[in-house]
Amino acid sequence: MAQKQQVLVLYLKSSALDSEVAGWAVYDGTGKTHHMAGEAEQPPYKSGVSALRDGWRLIQASPLVPEAPGNEFRTGYLKYEFFFEKLFDA
Amino acid sequence: MPSLELLNSTQMARFVARGFLRFDAVVPDALNQKFLADIGSLYGAEDHEAVHDIRQHHQAIMRSSAIPVVNAGTPLAEAYPPDSALSELVNLPLVQGVLQSLLGENPTFDHHFLHVTFPPACYEAIGKRSTSQPTHQDSTIDPRRAFDVQIMYFPHEVTSAMGGTRFLPGSHLRIVSEASIGRYQNLCGQEHVVCPAGTVFFLHHGIWHGGGHNTSDEVRYMFKIRLCPTVRQSRKWDLSDLPNDHFEQRPIFWTEGEPDENHLHSILTSGEPWYEYDTGRLEYLNRIRLWRYLLGDESFDADYWLTRIENEH
Repeated sequence: MAQKQQVLVLYLKSSALDSEVAGWAVYDGTGKTHHMAGEAEQPPYKSGVSALRDGWRLIQASPLVPEAPGNEFRTGYLKYEFFFEKLFDA
Repeated sequence: MPSLELLNSTQMARFVARGFLRFDAVVPDALNQKFLADIGSLYGAEDHEAVHDIRQHHQAIMRSSAIPVVNAGTPLAEAYPPDSALSELVNLPLVQGVLQSLLGENPTFDHHFLHVTFPPACYEAIGKRSTSQPTHQDSTIDPRRAFDVQIMYFPHEVTSAMGGTRFLPGSHLRIVSEASIGRYQNLCGQEHVVCPAGTVFFLHHGIWHGGGHNTSDEVRYMFKIRLCPTVRQSRKWDLSDLPNDHFEQRPIFWTEGEPDENHLHSILTSGEPWYEYDTGRLEYLNRIRLWRYLLGDESFDADYWLTRIENEH
């Protein structure tokens, strides 16, 4: 049976999956919910592990990459990005 | 002309640390009303039947309103016709004082734009879903230490339901590429503008932000002006309160009690709820470097963050 995917993106405060959530995004392939920027003030989970315990499957984690010479102190994109999914029968 | 209301050192440090300054209800109501009348505002209107097409409505405002077309690079002092609402706005002593403090003398005009956020009914009428604007940084990748200032002027009250501009304190020194950060839907510590009429924000050009979701039945207006420095932005604020011990270092970690949160070093080294543990420290370095730039003195440090990594013999 075809399945549809819900995606949860958590931005954690370190590379540890049990560190606190700093930011988040949700995309719902089932079409049941619609999410947008600025819609909530409290994260859906306290940590990445909390999401695992609620049934989210981890499918991607940011690698740890040494800072490029000359750019050691430059800040930009959030470093600790974790993608999770839940699958639902279509 | 009244004397300028320059920023003090604490306000400057807070701008360096968090990327914005907010002044509530500082524009006189008569001026707010003049501006709203000039743009043909629909704020407070019983219905919005005139809005059949949001893009066409916006173009109609451009054609008919008193907002002038101004070339980039025009001196701010020449950008707006005398006696116009916008001229009165940028010549308020507070606005002039903040601009003098942050940008120095004779800033130039980059661009301006009237942001109009329509209520859901206007989108439903054209078969679309209203939504918020994704988080972004304006313009493009900008690694300068010098900075532009964006004025956000809110001419009428903004309630929570009206979806005031969302912004992320402390994000201004991150080097990213404009809309590339759209994936970041929500960040701990994000703020939404809810304010009385006549509120003005002054923002570092790099601050992450986006228009909020207007779920009210009112059209919301915000006027933004981007301004650029023409001089080195050094020591342009009211320096009279800069403490004599400003360059002295404090004890680190092994201290009694909580540090004074109004100490300039504390302001420059206070984190934000969304900061990662390690990159939050890099933001302190970014802020200290910007404070050095504004002081015109590369010997300044707070809590030894730069001295430690510059200690080579």
